Amino acid sequence: MPSLKDLRNRITSVKATQKITSAMKLVAASKLRRAQEQAEAGRPYAERMARMLSSLAQGVEGGGPRLMAGTGKDDVHLLLVVTSDRGLCGAFNASIVREARRQIQRLLSEGKTVKLLTVGRKGRDLLRRDYSALMVQSWEDVGRRRLAFSEAQTVAERILDLFEAGEFDVASIVYNRFRSAIAQIVTVQQVIPFSIPESSQQAADADELKALYEFEPNEEEILADLLPRNLSIQVYRSLLESAASEQGARMTAMDNATRNAGDMIGRLTLTYNRTRQANITKELIEIISGAEAV
Amino acid sequence: MAETTEFELVSPERLLLSRPVTMVIMPGSEGYFGAQPGHAPFIATLRPGVIDVYEGDRIADRIFVAGGVAEVTEARCTVLAEDAVAVADLDRAKVEQQVRDLTEDVGDAKEEADRRVAEAKLAVARAKLEALTGEAAA
Repeated sequence: MPSLKDLRNRITSVKATQKITSAMKLVAASKLRRAQEQAEAGRPYAERMARMLSSLAQGVEGGGPRLMAGTGKDDVHLLLVVTSDRGLCGAFNASIVREARRQIQRLLSEGKTVKLLTVGRKGRDLLRRDYSALMVQSWEDVGRRRLAFSEAQTVAERILDLFEAGEFDVASIVYNRFRSAIAQIVTVQQVIPFSIPESSQQAADADELKALYEFEPNEEEILADLLPRNLSIQVYRSLLESAASEQGARMTAMDNATRNAGDMIGRLTLTYNRTRQANITKELIEIISGAEAV
Repeated sequence: MAETTEFELVSPERLLLSRPVTMVIMPGSEGYFGAQPGHAPFIATLRPGVIDVYEGDRIADRIFVAGGVAEVTEARCTVLAEDAVAVADLDRAKVEQQVRDLTEDVGDAKEEADRRVAEAKLAVARAKLEALTGEAAA
């Protein structure tokens, strides 16, 4: 049976924890709003890029540049795993890493070679244990304050360099897609070779793309210019989605933690009061039986 | 008011500009070109340089871009650019310093790849300087 003092200490410490978790929840909520706004702001560019690409791709014969057509092989896979730098965000990192592991295992069992790039300290630490031989590079503190496009560009340029050097054939990004604060969907998206999504192509068809564009200098060169940009955009978008997901996951996790702390405080207070009452009763009995004995 | 075309300047981070204008002059990779209402559908890559936005007869905005892509249709003109700054916001001393530093970098670069990167950056910085001196002369 814990003493009254022990109980009092427990209650104080749980209350302190609750204060921290509820503060973290509020911080996560405001960061989430900012991340969502940023994702919103990036959308026009991505939409117009997709529209241009689909109109270009229709005109190009023979599969286009290597970024679109691929190397013709399927031997070496590059995975870009996007995680967070910090913990305390529920299953956010665990679910990404689990999916990445599953992909790696599948590819390895098919006899392919896998190379890994990671964004975020958590992913690096968790994957390094088993797959340190596959790691090519990892980035930390990406988007610490506010995610800048140049950070995504650094990552994309590295991927392009590796591709130019013939280091891999297929590249995919593994990240958390933001659905809501409660739901983040682990997504594996292939970026090289790049394929134009069906839906945007159909929308484009229906839209004004019946217009026949003129190109300067020519389709191939513009496409060769657009595709690396598009890769940067894909990386940027996945980083944004991941940032929003992280804050969402943290918000939910901290909300749960705050509620748990509340329950715990309730239970502890009840025990505390009961123990106090029992002590008082015990003392009274002692006094009364002492008086009777006289 | 003359006829207008819908001009949009978009960077990955946000929509920088979206409004009706009478004419836009852009630095295409094969020479400057203008877009007015009713222009034939057209897609072109841009080199580092200045976009002049006309409203009526005067230049309403001068914006420096470090390259990008332009899509022109009859009713619209969309520019996708990674790095865009209003010319008025460029700092001449800083740009000159940049040009000097990068010229050194090009000289110092040992590997072919490093030199290419430095040269590309230098081209952007030179274009910035050109934009500024052009501005001063005009």
